[in-house]
Amino acid sequence: MTEIWDGLRAAFWLIAHLDANLVEITLRSLYVSLMALAIACAIALPLGAALAVQRFKYRRAVIATLNAFMGLPPVVVGLIVYLLLSRSGPFGVLGLLFTPTAMIIAQVIIITPLIASITHQAIRELWAEYHDLLISLNTSKGQRIMTLIWDGRRALLTAALAGFGRGIGEVGAIIIVGGNIDHVTRVLTTAIALETSKGDFALALGLGFVLIALSLLVNYATHALSSTERSGRW
Amino acid sequence: MVSPLFPLSVENASVTRRGKRLLGPVNLTLPADGFTVVIGPNGAGKTTLLKVLHGIERLSEGSVSWSIATKEARNKQAYVFQRPIMLRRSVQDNLIYPLTLAGLSRRAALIQADDWAHRIGLGDAMDRPAPQLSGGEQQKLALARALIQSPDVLFLDEPCANLDGPATRDIETLLRNAHAAGTRIIMTTHSIGQVRRLASDVIFLHQGQVHEHGLRAAVLDTPQTSELAAFLIGDII
Repeated sequence: MTEIWDGLRAAFWLIAHLDANLVEITLRSLYVSLMALAIACAIALPLGAALAVQRFKYRRAVIATLNAFMGLPPVVVGLIVYLLLSRSGPFGVLGLLFTPTAMIIAQVIIITPLIASITHQAIRELWAEYHDLLISLNTSKGQRIMTLIWDGRRALLTAALAGFGRGIGEVGAIIIVGGNIDHVTRVLTTAIALETSKGDFALALGLGFVLIALSLLVNYATHALSSTERSGRW
Repeated sequence: MVSPLFPLSVENASVTRRGKRLLGPVNLTLPADGFTVVIGPNGAGKTTLLKVLHGIERLSEGSVSWSIATKEARNKQAYVFQRPIMLRRSVQDNLIYPLTLAGLSRRAALIQADDWAHRIGLGDAMDRPAPQLSGGEQQKLALARALIQSPDVLFLDEPCANLDGPATRDIETLLRNAHAAGTRIIMTTHSIGQVRRLASDVIFLHQGQVHEHGLRAAVLDTPQTSELAAFLIGDII
């Protein structure tokens, strides 16, 4: 119990004094996760929408695979990305291992299936509703996908926030490909793992509370957006 | 104004789904002028026929031929569904949607949208979410969204089903005006009163086949088949 109080005090102290190290780690966490989110959304939103609209031979298999990939073990993703980016790997020449870019790549691989799968579910329902109208209006496939993404944007924002939540709380993959290097690749989750291994539970908890606060902010944003949709404001 | 799309020829058109014949074989020729109303009991194939003519239902056999290329013909048509499909957008954005799809600038589309919103009595509701409108308002909006495209042909699938008297009157007024402005209208209905008020010619469908097609007076006053005679007096056929 003492550790928790100490952790709370440490968190309060770190935030109140805007501890430079904390700010740096927090900003890096946000940078890595937001970049990964932006890239994942650019891939997953059109992919999820296309899977809802387009009919092709192995569509069901692709959807099933996508759903299965939602549960990809981050450590395995980290290991594969590590092998691809290591000096002896096919992309070793790029020198990306132990950089924030490597962490972003790992997070993109982890969160893209999650966002694409939620997008597919949301767009599928909207497509069932809009199908006859959009066919009647002679829309192209691109116009249909754009219309569905725009009109389903509230649900898709929730999908994106779910992806962000998974990304920012992830530790297994980014500790492997990032290396948890101070001032280079250290983020909130890897810093917590490090402080815990050092036995500095107060600081680890302090960082943990900051991470929880970020996650809560994400959830509040999701809630606010859902309420907006329920009240019918566009 | 005579539409270049007509005459419309339907030859041996049939639709079969999962071994069940929903329509056909149907043979029809529709001229450029007129207000065609399709009647018949539930399950007669009215909606399927309309969708086949519009090209959103695939034919199993036969053909539907317009006087111009099918793709070009599709761009000159609009369709109003029995249950209005509202985009999850404002009234204004629902109205401008087909215009912006066609490449019109948003500014030009908004001018037309404003005009149509006032014509259908939704001028003060431009920013309201369309799905929150009443059934009658949604159907008027769906009709305006179809007419704003200035279609040569307008298909309507029971546009006044479940609407009360005043809402039905508003829809019928819009349809008369559209027809007077040169839009060829082909619609389905269950209301014989509506047939008398609007139709120039009537198609009677039963069990997926055209039993009668002719001018309104001839079809309603001197039915040639026992099925139509029974249908007109309200018998269950």
